Amino acid sequence: MLLRSVDDSQINTVFPNTFEEYKKWDKEKDELPPEEVYRALFEELAYGDKIQVGRALTRMNYSKSGWKSLIKKTSRAIKKAVKKDELPDNYKDFLIEANEKWADPTYWYAMGQMVNNQTSIYYWNAIDRTFDQELNVVQQEEDRRVYVQTWLKTLKVSIYVTVFCLILGFPVAHLLANLPLRYSNLLMIFVLLPFWTSLLVRTTAWIVMLQQKGVINGVLVWLGILSDDGRIAMVYNETGTLIAMTQILLPFMILPLYSVMRVIPKSHMRAAQNLGAKPAMAFWRVYLPQTIPGMSAGGLLVFVLAIGYFITPELVGGKDGKLIGSWIAYHLKTTLNWGLTAALGAILLGFMLIFYWLYNKIVGIDNIKLG
Amino acid sequence: MNDSSQSFVKFEKIDKSYDGEVLVVKNLNLDIAKGEFVTMLGPSGSGKTTTLMMLAGFETPTNGEIFLDTKPISKIPPYEREIGMVFQNYALFPHMTVQENLAFPLEVRKISKSETQKKVQKALDMVELGNFGTRFPAQLSGGQQQRVALARALVFEPRLVLMDEPLGALDKNLREQMQYEIKHIHDRIGITVVYVTHDQSEALTMSNRIAVFNDGVVQQLSTPDILYEKPENSFVAKFIGENNTLNGVVKEINDSTCEVDLDNNHGTVKALKVNVSEVGEKTQLSIRPERVSIDSSNNSLNSFEGKIEELIYLGDHIRARLDVCGNNEFIVKVPNEGSFNHKEGDTLNLSWNSEDVRALDI
Ligand SMILES: Nc1ncnc2c1ncn2[C@@H]1O[C@H](COP(=O)(O)OP(=O)(O)OP(=O)(O)O)[C@@H](O)[C@H]1O
Ligand SMILES: [Mg+2]
Repeated sequence: MLLRSVDDSQINTVFPNTFEEYKKWDKEKDELPPEEVYRALFEELAYGDKIQVGRALTRMNYSKSGWKSLIKKTSRAIKKAVKKDELPDNYKDFLIEANEKWADPTYWYAMGQMVNNQTSIYYWNAIDRTFDQELNVVQQEEDRRVYVQTWLKTLKVSIYVTVFCLILGFPVAHLLANLPLRYSNLLMIFVLLPFWTSLLVRTTAWIVMLQQKGVINGVLVWLGILSDDGRIAMVYNETGTLIAMTQILLPFMILPLYSVMRVIPKSHMRAAQNLGAKPAMAFWRVYLPQTIPGMSAGGLLVFVLAIGYFITPELVGGKDGKLIGSWIAYHLKTTLNWGLTAALGAILLGFMLIFYWLYNKIVGIDNIKLG
Repeated sequence: MNDSSQSFVKFEKIDKSYDGEVLVVKNLNLDIAKGEFVTMLGPSGSGKTTTLMMLAGFETPTNGEIFLDTKPISKIPPYEREIGMVFQNYALFPHMTVQENLAFPLEVRKISKSETQKKVQKALDMVELGNFGTRFPAQLSGGQQQRVALARALVFEPRLVLMDEPLGALDKNLREQMQYEIKHIHDRIGITVVYVTHDQSEALTMSNRIAVFNDGVVQQLSTPDILYEKPENSFVAKFIGENNTLNGVVKEINDSTCEVDLDNNHGTVKALKVNVSEVGEKTQLSIRPERVSIDSSNNSLNSFEGKIEELIYLGDHIRARLDVCGNNEFIVKVPNEGSFNHKEGDTLNLSWNSEDVRALDI
């Protein structure tokens, strides 16, 4: 998987000679590659395995759009010539005649990024960069920049979701741990019930709740708090993503918190008050510090899950609520650009590792308690 | 001591019910003088912890009022009562070092840093843990944790210290050592202590006075020797120390003594009249094992025969289980003076003084 993100060998097995010759091309001296390159390309297109070539084409299109149709057209011309047994004298002229794009050096430059078995292009793509003709890293064209923005949004949403989960989960976990058994069992069922319900059901339920003609807007209008045309857009945007993800990930915060709070003896709060601390002080100095392992475990869990989440943002996020997970799924299933998929995944993994490391530095991983 | 103007802690007609139906503490009246070490002793569930929690302010009495230093305390929240407490599981704060634990009550009282440090060190020295200040509670042994809890309860110089079975979790040797240390500290700083235990020997060795609890009621409140030698009812007699019982019916009452016909015509015993009031009443007689003499030539009224059921050799004395007047759990302790040469199945002549037999309720 990780190898995929840097692997460029498939295309090298399709065009080994072409690339070999290509490397000899002195771009300073000649505007176009030498005759040998054209010849190698001709032969490799003429006798190459059709399926392999097809795959290579997909890869070539990532570096510059237009490759696919160019090669396809050229292939047809070559195959025709080979069939008639009319091998050209000058391959360069033949190809340029078949398609004048072969005289356009930008195509040849774009080939430069593929000649090695390894490439970093996917990683650069994943952060809106690409190579120029001299293989320097440059920004993508304005309208193709999506990833940096998505990365930032993913981070932002994950942090918000984690914070909201903490704020909402703490009191619930506290109640769970301190109510008499009869009530806490009931409450526990309320916490776990959504946990056992299908993710899709819960997500779509949120759509029903939040949409413009949905339950919440309806009630607010009915109560006269909103006017009929002042309905709030709460879904198909970032708000929707935040609300739905917070609700869905909440159990992952509550359960570790609960398991930590449950074992904090009740006598501690009493002891603190007995020693002269007012209840608020006792909570702050004695109770809260003891819940840190639970908060960290829950926080880490929620954050890590949120950063890679994709079904919910995909469904309720609309255009601007899409997170990086959606792009990964998109490239994995739709464009089949597995190199980019792998690079995005690797960066995500890297993020998590950095976060984990930071966290270990600050809190200490030994302090984590999952139950 | 019973003068309420003098008593430092005063429970006045306290009732407590958790559920509004069952009273777990019933009509509790208790006066504790300044500097006294009073122990509440009683079986599990008898309401000791509940009583302590009402004093500390974590439970409110259903009826009655508690006075501390003549002031009613029901309106004072726990954090302003200035009462130190050692909890049963110590309740040391695990995220704070020993020093921080001890400094906590001083910090919340806004005492200066240097003063705090001095007091903490003094308290640690008192419990002989001067070098353990930077450790966390989890890095201490049970006995050390117990001492830290004690030091923490004392460091802010409370008016009163409550201890709820503070030694319950320790093994026997350590427990005895800690009993001595707590007693020692009490003697030295003269603080008032209310102590809870269900270990009677602990209560007997440490306390000035003991309140025996049963079923939410104080059965007897006395000094240890009176409690042991002059139990006022059969619960106390059975609960404190070892005790032989004989059941019968009161035949005759004269001033402070009475005569009791034992059940099944086993004879008549002359006893102290303690908890009986009229002829014909059923009674339970209580005799301490060490007050029974054997092979005595004394042919007084209280002379009986007992068949040896079992002999247990205990080094300094021999413990004999006898069948006396139909009670085959009758224990006698024979000092090991080398002259005891009876076997199981033999019959012994027993006798006791009438002052050592107490006629109690049944
Ligand atoms: N929070 C509570 N809610 C309801 N009932 C309680 C509560 N705490 C104690 N009780 C009941 O009150 C009675 C007295 O309990 P308490 O804890 O005072 O006993 P104790 O003498 O301290 O016993 P032990 O020696 O076992 O600690 C018991 O029957 C107990 O079940
Ligand atoms: Mg108790």
